[in-house]
Amino acid sequence: MNKKEFFSAHDPNIISILQKSVIGIAGAGGLGSNIAISLTRAGIGKLIVADFDKIEPSNLNRQQFFTDQIGIPKVIALLENLNKISTFTKYQVHEIKLNEENIPFIYKDVDIMIEAFDKAEMKTMLIETWLTNFPNKPIIAASGLASWGKNELLHTRIIDNLYICGDEQTNLQAGISPMAPRVGIVANMQANLVLELLLDEKL
Amino acid sequence: MKTITVNDIIIDWEENMNINVILQRMNYTFRMLIIKVDGKLVKKNEYESTIVSPGADVKVIHLMSGG
Repeated sequence: MNKKEFFSAHDPNIISILQKSVIGIAGAGGLGSNIAISLTRAGIGKLIVADFDKIEPSNLNRQQFFTDQIGIPKVIALLENLNKISTFTKYQVHEIKLNEENIPFIYKDVDIMIEAFDKAEMKTMLIETWLTNFPNKPIIAASGLASWGKNELLHTRIIDNLYICGDEQTNLQAGISPMAPRVGIVANMQANLVLELLLDEKL
Repeated sequence: MKTITVNDIIIDWEENMNINVILQRMNYTFRMLIIKVDGKLVKKNEYESTIVSPGADVKVIHLMSGG
């Protein structure tokens, strides 16, 4: 498959914008794996993804991995899966635990940052680090995506360059993972917002 | 009466109104928060020392686990 064939269903006017874009994704779990797949299919030029975790059986209820990938680092499995979809996105993956020190270094060249963590502590750390280091670059976060149903509560809140997708009210119950449909919806709200910011010239 | 806005809700302003006072007034008991006052990030260790002025626009984002 050549590049022309891959992009044959795209609006020709948007391909060059997508192909020159660099998007950062922090986390390669339920949100991150779904976001990366959508942005790869959309034809983003480069994705930078970091996660330190390995795939466990409990991840398969919502994360875009397969039974034969259990035990493999998530970023490695994701890279394998993304390359099966398209080689017209460049992938830079980091098997690393993100923190205040390495985030500004790893993601310094991105046009838009996406928060795709599971734990609230990590979400807060990333957003604070981002707003401190790159106040003029957009960051798209997710909050409130546990449980099922309640489509009508999902929304995007915009606070300057910070975008929050989710219902902002459904807390995760201890020991219970979010489920594929709602995680997938919110992940794709985040990915959809990336396209809006890039293509509607909001950057 | 002087006021401030917290997440688009208008509340009365008071002397020496810091972030902790605002969170109490709003009954926000969440732990993991991102707070911006007039577009500027206020970190957790600055909640006590950050005094807001009348007319301030305060945004409180509650980060919930799940992803």
